[in-house]
Amino acid sequence: MASADFWNMWMPSQPAISIVIWVLIFMLVLYIARIPAHKAILTITHGLRQALRLMAKSIMLVESRLKQRNREVLLAHGRDATERGIEREFQRVEALVNRDLSGYPSLQRDLKEQITRIDEDYVQSGEVPPQPPEWLRAIEAVAEIPSNGSPVVAKILNDIHSTLKKSLDKDVSAYRKANKERHALLKKMMPFWRSLTKILTNVEKKITGLENRSNVIDEQMKHYEEILAKTDYAERMLSSSSLTQFFISGLVLFIAIIGGYVNFQLVALPMSEMVGAGSYLGSIKSSDVAALFIIALEVSLGLFLMEALGVTRLFPVISTLDDKKLKIILWVSLSFLFVFASIESSLAYMRDMLAADKEALTQMLSGVEAAEPEFRWIPSVGQMVMGFILPFALTFAAIPLESFIHSSRTVLGLVLVWFLNSLSFIIRQLASLIKGFGQLIVNIYDLFIFLPLRIEQVFKNKKDSSEMDAVQDRPFLNN
Amino acid sequence: MKYFAGIVAVLVITLTACSDPKPQTKAVYMLLDTSGTYTKQLDKAKNIIKYLLGNLNSGDSFAVARIDSESFSEKDLIAKITFDMRPSKANAEKRTFNEIVEKFTKEVKGSAYTDITGGMLQAIEYLNETGAGYKYILIFSDLKEEVKKGHVRDFPITLTDIKVTALNVTKLQSDNVDPREYMKRVEEWTQRVEDGGGTWRVINDLERLEGVLD
Repeated sequence: MASADFWNMWMPSQPAISIVIWVLIFMLVLYIARIPAHKAILTITHGLRQALRLMAKSIMLVESRLKQRNREVLLAHGRDATERGIEREFQRVEALVNRDLSGYPSLQRDLKEQITRIDEDYVQSGEVPPQPPEWLRAIEAVAEIPSNGSPVVAKILNDIHSTLKKSLDKDVSAYRKANKERHALLKKMMPFWRSLTKILTNVEKKITGLENRSNVIDEQMKHYEEILAKTDYAERMLSSSSLTQFFISGLVLFIAIIGGYVNFQLVALPMSEMVGAGSYLGSIKSSDVAALFIIALEVSLGLFLMEALGVTRLFPVISTLDDKKLKIILWVSLSFLFVFASIESSLAYMRDMLAADKEALTQMLSGVEAAEPEFRWIPSVGQMVMGFILPFALTFAAIPLESFIHSSRTVLGLVLVWFLNSLSFIIRQLASLIKGFGQLIVNIYDLFIFLPLRIEQVFKNKKDSSEMDAVQDRPFLNN
Repeated sequence: MKYFAGIVAVLVITLTACSDPKPQTKAVYMLLDTSGTYTKQLDKAKNIIKYLLGNLNSGDSFAVARIDSESFSEKDLIAKITFDMRPSKANAEKRTFNEIVEKFTKEVKGSAYTDITGGMLQAIEYLNETGAGYKYILIFSDLKEEVKKGHVRDFPITLTDIKVTALNVTKLQSDNVDPREYMKRVEEWTQRVEDGGGTWRVINDLERLEGVLD
């Protein structure tokens, strides 16, 4: 049966009426199936909602665990970094003590000597008041004898007076001489005082330096204690610091990559002279692979060098080695780097020669008279110097690399937490939407069968009103 | 040790997966029409050869041969070379190659017939022997083939993976009388090359040679 015939089966001559009949039939069927259909719709949407809510809950649980893990990693990393910082401060203090305070015994000796000299001079300069002569009292007694106008007595008294004056003049002169000597001694003390002041100022400076260092250590210890206490403040500080480090180290790494690219350009062409320009590894030229290999080796050597110097701690195996072995690694890395830098420098020179040869060929083929540039040696030397310096410069890429690796763990963790959070939010919103959607479908369902529902309503109202009438007709029931 | 073996295995698999079995080298065979008045055009051919010498790299192959009355022969080969792997040596070889071509263009004499098909057969043989990944035949000719009586050249030729480029296809006097002749000539060669599995194109503006080795 064709589709059109099926729809027109009730009144083939009147398709509109046929369709109306079909609609009424569907309406009736839907009306009959209304309650189970509503239940089915609501059960499905409820089930979906529950499943989504469960999913959101699981995601939140994962997010919470991830947050916890991030926190632990962040605090552990922060603890490690602070320990390193404190260790470094202590090393500085040790150096300070070794450098400045090791001379303390000699300083103390100097001070003692200075003080002894000053003391001796001081003792020597001590003012001893001149003792009055022993016979002064006898003279005093004689001087009190009344003269009674006797010229003999007057003469004796005059003699005594002149003798006394002479004696006093002599004493004053001696006193002045002694004072002069004392002043000379005090003057001699001045350089010792100055020297003493200088020594004491130096000591003060050194002590202040130590005090500053101890203040820094105090600050770091405070920070360390906060990390150990796992406070929110410590977490926030470390998180912010990680983000800053991530962006800064990323920027420096980007610069290092550009440096690596320049290095690659210096080496790639001359490498084709060694490994051949026509051989390929896959779709990459062998000479390019060889150049990349050399650069990768240089970077690796740089990493080992920085590790041996104790600047980075990317390889725990290296950092836990004893000092002697570290020194060996340091010198081996440095030697190899030097060799590679020399090789690269010569390759850079060869590159310049090859470029010049290629240029000459191109000029010859294009019929242009080849001319030797006047300052041809400048780029040659420049390339050689660059070839020598770049491997050493790339060594320092280890520092931002370490920061980047460590901070990217935190940043990735934060991004993942954010993503899970957003996902959970979206799923919860979806669950709410599904709940509303179920209700909407139920309403649409009812809208489609509005006619039978309306009829049902009318019947219901009629029934209700007749029941009311019946109740009113039996007043005794109201009492 | 286990980890090391794992890393090596992953590297080998990655490199194998990434590697393209097709060699990256190029091989170019250039046919120079030396028939009749077309010899006057050879200065242009010289410039094309110079352009190619400037653009081919170490490991690439290059051959220049003349089209004369009987071109399916090694005697028509003017110069051929596979450039050394070392760029410095390759540059020296390019200089020598250029000198040979210069000498040839000075001494060349016109031929009575134009056996393009013979030259192409010779080119296919050479290109396939090089084992290069990208093969090109450059025909510097007006594409008017004239073969000696009795020589059979009217048969399909296999040009799988070969790019054929006709350069400087000049219009003959007869083409001016009836341009359809020129179009028919070009169309016939296009059909023949494409039927043989190759690709065909024409470059008449020699200032636009950039894409000749694409």
